[in-house]
Amino acid sequence: MSFAPSSAVLGRIDRTIAAYPERAAALLPVLHLIQGESGWVPPEAETWVAAKLGVPPIRVREVLSFYTMFRRGPAGRTVIRVCRNLSCTLAGAEDLIGFLRAELGLAGGDTTADGAVTLAVVECLGNCDNAPCLQIDGVDHGRVTKERAAAIIGELLGK
Amino acid sequence: MSQDAVRLLPADGSSWRLEAYLGRGGYAAARKAVTSMAPADVIAEVRKAGLRGRGGAGFPAGLKWSFVPQGGAGPRYLCVNADEGEPGTFKDRAILVRNPHLLLEGMVIAAFAVGIRTAVVYVRGEYDRVADRLREAIAEAEKAGFIGPGLFGTDFGLDVIVHLGAGAYICGEETALLESVEGRRGQPRLKPPFPAVVGLFRAPTVINNVETLASVPGILARGADWFTALGRPKDCGTRIFGVSGAVRRPGLFELPTGTPLRTIIDDYAGGPPEGVSIKAVIPGGLSAPLLRAEELGTPMDFDSLAQACSMIGSAAIVVIGDRTPIIDVLQVMARFYAHESCGQCTPCRVGTSWIHKAVSRLAAGQGRPADLDLILSLADGMKGRTLCPMGDAAALPIHALVTKFRDELDRAVAR
Repeated sequence: MSFAPSSAVLGRIDRTIAAYPERAAALLPVLHLIQGESGWVPPEAETWVAAKLGVPPIRVREVLSFYTMFRRGPAGRTVIRVCRNLSCTLAGAEDLIGFLRAELGLAGGDTTADGAVTLAVVECLGNCDNAPCLQIDGVDHGRVTKERAAAIIGELLGK
Repeated sequence: MSQDAVRLLPADGSSWRLEAYLGRGGYAAARKAVTSMAPADVIAEVRKAGLRGRGGAGFPAGLKWSFVPQGGAGPRYLCVNADEGEPGTFKDRAILVRNPHLLLEGMVIAAFAVGIRTAVVYVRGEYDRVADRLREAIAEAEKAGFIGPGLFGTDFGLDVIVHLGAGAYICGEETALLESVEGRRGQPRLKPPFPAVVGLFRAPTVINNVETLASVPGILARGADWFTALGRPKDCGTRIFGVSGAVRRPGLFELPTGTPLRTIIDDYAGGPPEGVSIKAVIPGGLSAPLLRAEELGTPMDFDSLAQACSMIGSAAIVVIGDRTPIIDVLQVMARFYAHESCGQCTPCRVGTSWIHKAVSRLAAGQGRPADLDLILSLADGMKGRTLCPMGDAAALPIHALVTKFRDELDRAVAR
């Protein structure tokens, strides 16, 4: 299996590499670009990136597995990140997380059966005055009540 | 220059755009530094102002700049720490969103002072949308000649790279941040050599927090004496205090250093909600050992909090109400540090994970009588025995919580 990003993403990758004094420094941004297009970073993309940046494949694997935002498996079309650190816990994050899981019909895993939504429970999102908070595909939502959570989920599952 | 120009956060409803920033007197301090001052004089002014780092460690910024060897060929770098991972902290986000040009102006001044031509802003991955604002501001500044080559008609120039992290608390530690920019796992480096001598791409490097750099234009515009007249003698100026948790009006409040914790909570954040009293307060982000309600008179500056056996850290205040079981707080802490330990040093890697296991038992009602002492002993075993400050950042708040709320925890174990 071989990997190739779209020509648009390839152009962005080449511009990113050119911006850094050393090619290997583009590793995190390049992985972000690939994940942004594919939803995750498949194994064949790891070897592609290693060759592109002139680093050993193990270095790509190390970075990919170290940083929690990178995914080594497919995710839902929409990714919800919900915070469970202190300010959000004080504002009822555990209840909110339980509610989201129930609304999404998640049993064991973190992705809905139809592949629509992945729920990732994360540490602090730096939006603590708006606790409890979450992000939907990177967009911040704060002071999320169960009513609002239900509306958000309804919209995501309906589309 | 208007009063608003020296505030880190402009008044509500103000625009972040370049035009509005120039209307507030923006980029005048950078112009003054670059066109009329010697680099050494810029460093001297910032040293005289006693500006201490706003990221957590509180190292004097001007002193840090002065450690970069003078002269010599080869590049040197400025890294801006916008990783803001300390739980409870949301101030740098606000500067990036509401006043990005203030940061850029502070970066231009710092770069000029140290002889730097390239800056990297390390923004945490979760702030990608926030980073979009910064990218837009950089584009505005480049177009207007405030970023890029030949600034203010001189041969000094500065290029800026925005580098996105990917979800690792440890990358807020300055040498882990350097590793991450170089495309590696965020595992801290052994010091010395310090980054001022051997930093990014092995070149001399200055690493400053967003709020620290945003404080620099005001110092250059109004002078060090204006800055030292604010706040405390050994910790001058204003800080952005972030308040969250059990208060009526959570938010950010820009106040002189040394403002008492109680004043910030009651007068600015509205105090606890009706029927709730304060059980404990974390004064400087999750890693700052918590204070009990009777310690709320503590002034919010480096030395006062050190005396109270805590730290001002990132000045992120989290208020815990009396209805919150303290075991819930301990559980959040234990889980967080176990998750975020980079794994390099055994005391931190194993210590945080054992503490997490013991705390999880307690929280599930299956605690053993010896567990609390085990947690204290593990925390003691981590303190001062790791390469970077993360070991202490995990051990100290956990040790303080278990010690200060031992009675409540003992009752929880006995149940």
